[in-house]
Amino acid sequence: MRAGAGRVRRRLAADAALLVVAAAFAVPLLWLVLASVDTQADLRVRIPRSVSADNFSAVLTPDVTFTPMLNSLVLCGGATLLTVVCATLAAYPLSRNRSRLTRPYLLTILFTTCLPITAVMVPVYALFVRVNLVDTMYGTALFLATSQLPFAIWLMKNFLDGVPPALEEAAWTDGASMPQTLVRVVLPLTGPGVAVVAIYTFIMLWGNFFVPFMLLLSPDQLPASVSIFTFFGNHGSVVYGQLAAFSILYSTPVLLLYVLIARKLGGGFALAGAVKG
Amino acid sequence: MSASAAARGGRGARAARWLPIAPATLLLLLFLAGPIGYCVSIAFTDMQLTGSSAVDFVGFANFRRAFADPAFRNAVWLTLVFTVLSSLVGQNTLGLALAALMRRASRPVRTVTGALVITAWVLPEIVAAFLLYAFFRREGTLDAILDRLHLPAQNWLFTLPILAVSFANVWRGTAFSMLIYSAALAEIPKDVEEAAEVDGAGGARRFWYITLPMIRRSIGTNLMLNTLQTLSVFGLVWAMTRGGPGDRSQTLPVFMYDQAFLKSLIGYGTAVALLLLLVGSLFSVVYLRLLKVEA
Repeated sequence: MRAGAGRVRRRLAADAALLVVAAAFAVPLLWLVLASVDTQADLRVRIPRSVSADNFSAVLTPDVTFTPMLNSLVLCGGATLLTVVCATLAAYPLSRNRSRLTRPYLLTILFTTCLPITAVMVPVYALFVRVNLVDTMYGTALFLATSQLPFAIWLMKNFLDGVPPALEEAAWTDGASMPQTLVRVVLPLTGPGVAVVAIYTFIMLWGNFFVPFMLLLSPDQLPASVSIFTFFGNHGSVVYGQLAAFSILYSTPVLLLYVLIARKLGGGFALAGAVKG
Repeated sequence: MSASAAARGGRGARAARWLPIAPATLLLLLFLAGPIGYCVSIAFTDMQLTGSSAVDFVGFANFRRAFADPAFRNAVWLTLVFTVLSSLVGQNTLGLALAALMRRASRPVRTVTGALVITAWVLPEIVAAFLLYAFFRREGTLDAILDRLHLPAQNWLFTLPILAVSFANVWRGTAFSMLIYSAALAEIPKDVEEAAEVDGAGGARRFWYITLPMIRRSIGTNLMLNTLQTLSVFGLVWAMTRGGPGDRSQTLPVFMYDQAFLKSLIGYGTAVALLLLLVGSLFSVVYLRLLKVEA
C-alpha cells in the first residue's frame, strides 16, 4: 500500500515538473499560433480580439509565399534526391563488402558528420566565386546535398546492415548483376530505411538558412528560409501577424514529415550507430 | 563472402563492386574536402573579397592577428559562454531531467511535453529565432509576464543578449538530448534499479550512483554532439541579435561572417573558420574515441 501511495506521489511530482517545462516551451509556440490569426498582432502572447484568416490570405501571394516555397521545394527536393541516391549507392558496398579501406572510410564519414559546416562556408563561397557557381540553384543544391551526405551514408549503412544478405546471394546465384540485385532485391527490403533517410535529409535542408543565405543572391531564387529573414529583417515596420502566418505555412511541411518518421526515429533514435556506439 | 561472390573473384569484378561508392566520394571530395583544403591554403594569405589585387602568402599573420585582436578574443569568450550555458548546462541537463521525469510521469503529460519539446526542435532555424525574438524583445511576451508579476521589464536582447540567445538555443536544441537520454534510460535493465531500491537506496542516490554511471557513454557522446552543434550555430544568433548590440553576442561564426563578408577580409575570416574547424575536429576525434566505433 505504502509503496503504491509513494508511486502516485512521485508521479504527480513528475507530472507537475514536466508541465512547468512544457509551459515554458509552449509560450513561444502559442504566440505563433495566436498572432497568425490576429490582425493586430504585436510581439506579446495575447488572445486576439477578433479571429480571422486575413494574415494568411495576405501572405498567400506569389511574391511572399508561393515563389520562395517553390524555390525551397526545388532546392531541397533536388538536393535530397541527390543525397539519397548517392548515399544508397555508397552504403551498399560499404555494408556488403569487406576491405581494408572500409573502416577508414566509415571513420572519415563519421568524423565528417561532426564538422561544423558553418565554418566551411567562407571557403565554399570563395570556391563558388572562382568556378561561377554563386547564385545558381544547382550549385547551391550540390553543396546542400554534400553537406547531408556523410550522415545519410552512415544512416543508410545502418539500415542496410539490418537486411540479411541471403536473398541477394540467391539472386546472384541466379545470375543477376549487382545493379539488378540492388534495385530488385535490396531496395524493396530497405524501403522504410530509404524513406527515413530521405525525409530526415529533406527536413534538415528545408530549415537550412546559412547555405542559401550565402550562396544565393537573386531575390527570385531565395528559398523560404532566407526570404522570411529578409521579410522581417529589412522592412521598417513588420506586420507581425503576417510574419507568424508565413512562419506557420513554412514550418508545416517539415512538422508533418517529422510525424511520418517519428516512430522510426524516436525512441531508439536512428542516429543509432552514431549515438549509441 | 559467399561462394558465388568468390566465384566472381578477379580484380576487375572486385573493383566493380566498389564502383557505386564513386558518386558520393566525388561529391564529398569536390564540395567538402576541397573547400577545407582551400580553407587551409587561403588562411595563410591576405586575400580580400573586393578588387583583383594580387594575393600574397602571409604565413601565420592571420592567426597572430586573430589572437591579438580583442574582437576575436571577445568572440572566443562569447562562444565559450554560449556553449557552456546552452549546450553543456542547458540542453544536456534539461534533456536528462526531462528523460528521467518522463519515466515516472503519466502518459498524457509525457506525450504533451515530448511533442512540444520536439516541435521546437523540428521548426526551421529562422522560425525558432523569430519566435524567441518575439519572446525576448522589449514589449515582448517575457516582459508581459514580468509586468503581471510586478517585476521590472527590460529589453533583454539589449541588456543580456548572450543570455537570450543561449536560452533560445536551449529551447531549440533540448529535444536532441531528451531523445538520446530517453533511449539510454530505456536500456537500463529494470532489475538493477529494483535491486538498489530493495537495498534501501533513495531516488537521488540511485540516480547518482547507479543510473548516471550506467549511461555515462551516452552522456559523453551527447555532450560532444551538443557542443559541435552549438559551435556552428549561426542563423539563430544572426536573426535574433546580428551579434549585437555592438559585439555583445558575436559568437565565432558571426565574427567569421562579419570579417569575411561585411569587412571583405576573406583571408582573415578563413583563418577564423579554420580555427573553428580545428576545434570541431578535436571534439570529433574525442567523440570517435568515445564511441570506439566498430565498422
